[in-house]
Amino acid sequence: MNDTLTTGSLTVKIIVLLIAALLLFAPFLFQDIRSLEVAARICVFIVLVASYDLLIGYTGIVSFAHTMFFGLGAYGAAIALRQMGPGWDAVLTGAVAGAFVSLILAIAIGLLSLRVKAIFFAMITLAAASVAMVLASQLSQFTGGEDGITYKAPDLFKPATKLAVTDDGKVARLFGVRLNGKLAAYYFVFITCLVLFLLMLRLVGSPVGTVLKAIRENEARAEAIGYRVVAYRTFVFCVAAVIASLAGTVYAIWLKYTGPDTALSFTIMIDILLMVVIGGMGTMYGAVIGAVLLVLAQYYLRDLMGSAAEALSNVPVLPFILEPDRWLFWLGIIFILLVYFFPQGIAGTLARKGDKA
Amino acid sequence: MTLLSLKSMQTNIDQYAVLHDVTLDIPEGGVFVLLGRNGAGKTTTLRSIMGLWKPSPGSVHFRGRDISGLHTAEIARLGIAFVPENMGIFGGLTVQENLVLATANGSFDQDRLERIWRLFPALETFWTKAAWSLSGGQKQMLAVARAIIEPRELILIDEPTKGLAPSIVDAMAEAFREISNNTTILLVEQNFEFARALGRDMAVIDDGRIAHTGTMSNFVADKDLQDSLLSLSA
Repeated sequence: MNDTLTTGSLTVKIIVLLIAALLLFAPFLFQDIRSLEVAARICVFIVLVASYDLLIGYTGIVSFAHTMFFGLGAYGAAIALRQMGPGWDAVLTGAVAGAFVSLILAIAIGLLSLRVKAIFFAMITLAAASVAMVLASQLSQFTGGEDGITYKAPDLFKPATKLAVTDDGKVARLFGVRLNGKLAAYYFVFITCLVLFLLMLRLVGSPVGTVLKAIRENEARAEAIGYRVVAYRTFVFCVAAVIASLAGTVYAIWLKYTGPDTALSFTIMIDILLMVVIGGMGTMYGAVIGAVLLVLAQYYLRDLMGSAAEALSNVPVLPFILEPDRWLFWLGIIFILLVYFFPQGIAGTLARKGDKA
Repeated sequence: MTLLSLKSMQTNIDQYAVLHDVTLDIPEGGVFVLLGRNGAGKTTTLRSIMGLWKPSPGSVHFRGRDISGLHTAEIARLGIAFVPENMGIFGGLTVQENLVLATANGSFDQDRLERIWRLFPALETFWTKAAWSLSGGQKQMLAVARAIIEPRELILIDEPTKGLAPSIVDAMAEAFREISNNTTILLVEQNFEFARALGRDMAVIDDGRIAHTGTMSNFVADKDLQDSLLSLSA
């Protein structure tokens, strides 16, 4: 394998293992609601970004329809949970329905348009994503329109659910953490995302993954040794679509709300693109690093800047520059610096530095 | 026995007709050399056989079967391998991965692998290295090795000696001699010394048309013909 343990790739793997450990113990390490919210969002976005990396990083497909598939999974679960009530049958129905519709759409888009040049394919997926947005807004009797849908998750995930009780009937605690439905919901998100991520790792490490990398490098050469490029591209587009849909389902169960902003917006698509570029395309581990950095920045950069501005209140100009409302400006600066110093993303650049060493 | 026939093949690239009425029979066994000046249409001929550019009109017949309508991948699966010029390898993959890609089921036939290692020992040395890190000669070896990792009936090789050191060229000639014992090679080459050392039969393409066909020994003996078709008088 190309990514045998060089110093660089070992460093990347250690970072990723560290992140995995932090996410595994997040409810015990960071005992507040917001931190758990951030950890769950990171888990979901790791899967979403990794599935996008299958497209852009491993096969060279630029798609803007990834949030559409994410949204289909989220709306599938949301509609099923609202219509059928908060049971596992609704979760399963929603997940399967979302994944199935995503699969059908991916096959249709793939077969019809993966033969054309990358830019036209990107435009077609952009159009499909726009149609999905409009439909979600207009079919309000199903989707709740712009307001979205609020629903209940299965009973196991209710905060009032006691996973374990003490002798006096109160909810038990482990290292100070209440063993309740919220904890169960987090571990449902964590384990599902871990399984999906490991499946993707397995895929890129398999002979199919090698073919995908060959296609990304040179389509004509891959065809000349016997591989149908359109078939492989359609296959990976379908796999990425189904995984994005399942990530959407998981996120919908966690949030207990699905609306255009949380499941279909172009802001999510831009976030995915930023995460995959920051982390490193075609590395899979880059998805982990990119998702962690961007989600943390989105949630904590503003607070950090507020604290910094307060601490430097006696210094001229700096408090003005570090005004929390300017957090997006600073996020942009950080992004530019990351792209400059890590041109192949953090994971890609670190791994390559190790190769040269 | 004829292995491959090109019948009245015309290939257009954009609005330009690059090949005109190319008709050629490649016999089974040995090395068939296609010679010609720069831009004569040699590479286009190979790419047309592989279906990378579709001939129209005209057809390509492999063992009597018309393959001109087939997809490139299907043509490859019939047992025709293509070694493009400029070391057509996958630089981002390791030597091992480059070869695995060309196997039928993702696993190596140990005898064939050992044969490759014997022909090109450097590939065994750099087995787990990324292909981009190989030298030019090693990349060309890898490209040829990929073509023979599975049994093939025909290998199309486009200018394999371009830019290679003389010692590598000699090693390549030895390898082609051995490969041609059980596989037909259609070799496109501008290095006439290399081509004459290997070729049994040959053709010259000029301005997109077949200008001459015959045996290599007769062509080598006819200096006037060489001068007129290849300007090799020097």
